[in-house]
Amino acid sequence: MINWPNFVSQLFNGLALGALLALISSGLTIIYGTLGVLNLAHGAMFMIGGYAGYVAYSYTGSFILAVIAGSLFVMLLGVAMERIIIRHFYHRPHEDQLLVTFGLGICFVEIVRLIFTSQSQVVPPPALLQGITSLGFLFYPTYRLAVVGIVAVALGALFLILYRTRLGMIVRAGIEDSVMVDSLGINVYRVFMIVFGIGAMAAGFAGIINAPVVSLTPGVGDDILVETFVVVVIGGVGSFPGAILGGLIAGEIISVTSMFNPGYAYVMLFAAMTLVLVLRPHGLLGTQGRE
Amino acid sequence: MLKQRPYLIEFLTAAGLIVAPFVLPWLGFAPNTVNRILVWGLFGLGFDILFGFTGLLSFGQSAFYGTGGFVAAWLLTRAGFPYVVLALVIGMIAAAATGYLIGLIALRRTGIYFAMITVAIAEVFFFVEFNPLSDFTGGENGLPGVPTPSFNLGFTTLHFTTGWSLYQFLALCYFIGVVIALRIVRSPVGAVFSAIRDNPLRATAVGHNIHGYKLTAFVIAAAYAGFAGGLLGVLQAFMPPDAFTFDTSGQLVMQTAIGGRGTLFGPLVGAAVWLSLQDFLQAALGLGAAWKLVLGLVFVLLVCFLRRGIIGGLADLYGLLTGQHGAREPDESEPEVAAAASEPHAAVAAAPTPPRPRPAGSPTGPILQAKGLTKRYGGLLANSDIDFTVNHGELRGIIGPNGAGKSTFFKMLTCEVHPTSGTIVFEGRDITGMNVTDVCQLGLTKSYQVNQLFAGLTVRENLVIAALSGLRGKFKLDLFRSIDSIPGLSERVQHTLELVNLTSRPDTPVSELAYGEKRRLEIGLALATSPSLLLLDEPLAGMSPRERVETVKLLKSISQGRTMIIIDHDMDALFELAERVTVLQEGRVLVEGTPEEIKNNSTVQEAYLGGVHGVLAA
Repeated sequence: MINWPNFVSQLFNGLALGALLALISSGLTIIYGTLGVLNLAHGAMFMIGGYAGYVAYSYTGSFILAVIAGSLFVMLLGVAMERIIIRHFYHRPHEDQLLVTFGLGICFVEIVRLIFTSQSQVVPPPALLQGITSLGFLFYPTYRLAVVGIVAVALGALFLILYRTRLGMIVRAGIEDSVMVDSLGINVYRVFMIVFGIGAMAAGFAGIINAPVVSLTPGVGDDILVETFVVVVIGGVGSFPGAILGGLIAGEIISVTSMFNPGYAYVMLFAAMTLVLVLRPHGLLGTQGRE
Repeated sequence: MLKQRPYLIEFLTAAGLIVAPFVLPWLGFAPNTVNRILVWGLFGLGFDILFGFTGLLSFGQSAFYGTGGFVAAWLLTRAGFPYVVLALVIGMIAAAATGYLIGLIALRRTGIYFAMITVAIAEVFFFVEFNPLSDFTGGENGLPGVPTPSFNLGFTTLHFTTGWSLYQFLALCYFIGVVIALRIVRSPVGAVFSAIRDNPLRATAVGHNIHGYKLTAFVIAAAYAGFAGGLLGVLQAFMPPDAFTFDTSGQLVMQTAIGGRGTLFGPLVGAAVWLSLQDFLQAALGLGAAWKLVLGLVFVLLVCFLRRGIIGGLADLYGLLTGQHGAREPDESEPEVAAAASEPHAAVAAAPTPPRPRPAGSPTGPILQAKGLTKRYGGLLANSDIDFTVNHGELRGIIGPNGAGKSTFFKMLTCEVHPTSGTIVFEGRDITGMNVTDVCQLGLTKSYQVNQLFAGLTVRENLVIAALSGLRGKFKLDLFRSIDSIPGLSERVQHTLELVNLTSRPDTPVSELAYGEKRRLEIGLALATSPSLLLLDEPLAGMSPRERVETVKLLKSISQGRTMIIIDHDMDALFELAERVTVLQEGRVLVEGTPEEIKNNSTVQEAYLGGVHGVLAA
């Protein structure tokens, strides 16, 4: 028999995980949509956000500062990566872009491993959000509930940037046709840099927000990257709403399956992806012709 | 580069494998390291066919490596199956079958989608191995006790155990792997693989079923991976669960890129570099865990600066030293140099190729009939209710102002896009809704307005790919057949070279051709499929006046005994060439008639000149 309180709590877990995946995936998908580069180091960005936040936390003891430090550091890292390396790959084949970001991801993970060792580090949630909250029919960790709220706010901010600002309009136009944007007299390369920074920041922010939920290890981004891919395939490449929808679907599939048998979580996730590929090859909210 | 002297590479490989045990110990290679390099090298042979030759970058090869490895290891340990080699083959078949099923899903998309899906697949296999199937796979303990092979020859028993003894067995496996891979690469299928890598769109348009070929490459890679996975268990006397990890896939990709993609031996070289650097950094320099960082940096630098890896770099260096043109990287930017002046003014003398035999009894009458063709893009009506008939042997011209819907019309005729309504009948068969590959196979193809060539290949290789589709059909698995043994192929290629006046440069890479030559090759690609109806979309576009004269001559000679439809803006040329001309305007047929009628038609003059003539006449 299904244990209902357990089931509902797994639904909440799924929501928290899904929200995080949505945030990370939207970072990945706007970078890909605008620049045409699939960043295989995106999982490493997520991990570095956690570690940067951890460092800030161990010096200041403030979770807020940790979040700010984690996000900003990863944003700067993203900008630097775009300026120094990615920029030279815009006109090279997709495979080379995949290879170089894959290599960079490995370098990032190994650098972190060198500095912090493979041992897991812990960032506790802020005092205000510790403990558990009663939802009437079940008790649920307060911080995880807060994660849903925090990420929702972050996604909202990303939405406002993308859909309500001049920059966002340029980015969305760039996703449709970056050559055209360039020829309209907008310096598309500067926009690329900013987009890469924002996309990386989304991953870094998610990384530090997620740090109190799981313990922090150098490999924490690897699984996330795979889940992010599934999210993007389900939602549709380059689609911000698709990333959110895909993230929530993937989060719930993982959580609900884990309740029965964690070993099948990925199998179910993969089955869902296959189903989408068969029925809607361009993703649930993707546009045909965008590859 | 892989086909100079017959069996040279096979011979050198065999020699290298025989010499290796005598030389490598001097270089500080332990036998176990060499054996591991061989397993990676074999794993990489298949992967290079997939990635280096077909251009499909998969990050999921660990799935097949693990599948083959665990099936073989399970048979040999848990099931008590006594035959090692047979178990390895069964593992390989299991991996290939898995590859087929996975390929059906992963190959639904291309490019980065494909890469992402393969990553996800690999991860699923890893989890399945650890959890649902852990009773069979030993979960995180793996399967210990995998035996080594022995062969009872009657009078004696050959037993390969460890070190250099096992090396002999692995070297034999690698050698067989190389021989098979070379045959595949040199087969017609191999030619189509490189066509898919260079320009999948054109590979489809010249009549190859590229989905089938991609799936073939995927299955081949899975089979190699499965066999190599089995060997890993034999080598270590233990099947480790980390064969299934994403790191395995990643390491394979990195080794291949380090060694050089598209070379078959790149993965072996990459594995040698990887494993010896790993040993060196860990043991000699005492770097401990930092070895992976160093290798990661080496890899990133190689991808940035030496895109064809170590073997590619050496080949370029050799070319530089001997003063030859090495196989350069394909030039992305087309040098729009009209080099007509430098070309020999050979008259176009070649006789036309006999077009594909027509069904008896219909030498005249319509070859193509379009009725009511309409194409709507959202609110935009590109073509509206076009009726169009071309007879056998006719040379038809189509003119019309920009935006008249000419290219859309051609795309519908070749079934690149499907009409919103209307029907197309070609040689008495309704082809509406068919795909471009099948239509090409029926004998209808076109040359593109913007060159669609296989940019990384030579002129001859380009034409071979196009000619193959006519001679072999859209899909055929002649994996082990030499491309030279296909009857009629070299004649057809030679003939096409003569027709498009490129006989002097058959072995020039496309990237080094002048614009006019590329344009002629573009027509040659369409011709080599020996179409019975050939569509030419602005064959004269972008040409210098001199090249135009040459090309018009060329088109005339091609048109002997062939049905052609030509779109162009050069009306003088078109009026000279065509027997009848159709004028399109705003997606409709404005008028149709002989060049003379069209020239004197007042509505045409109005369409082009805005009624100036009419005003003058009045």
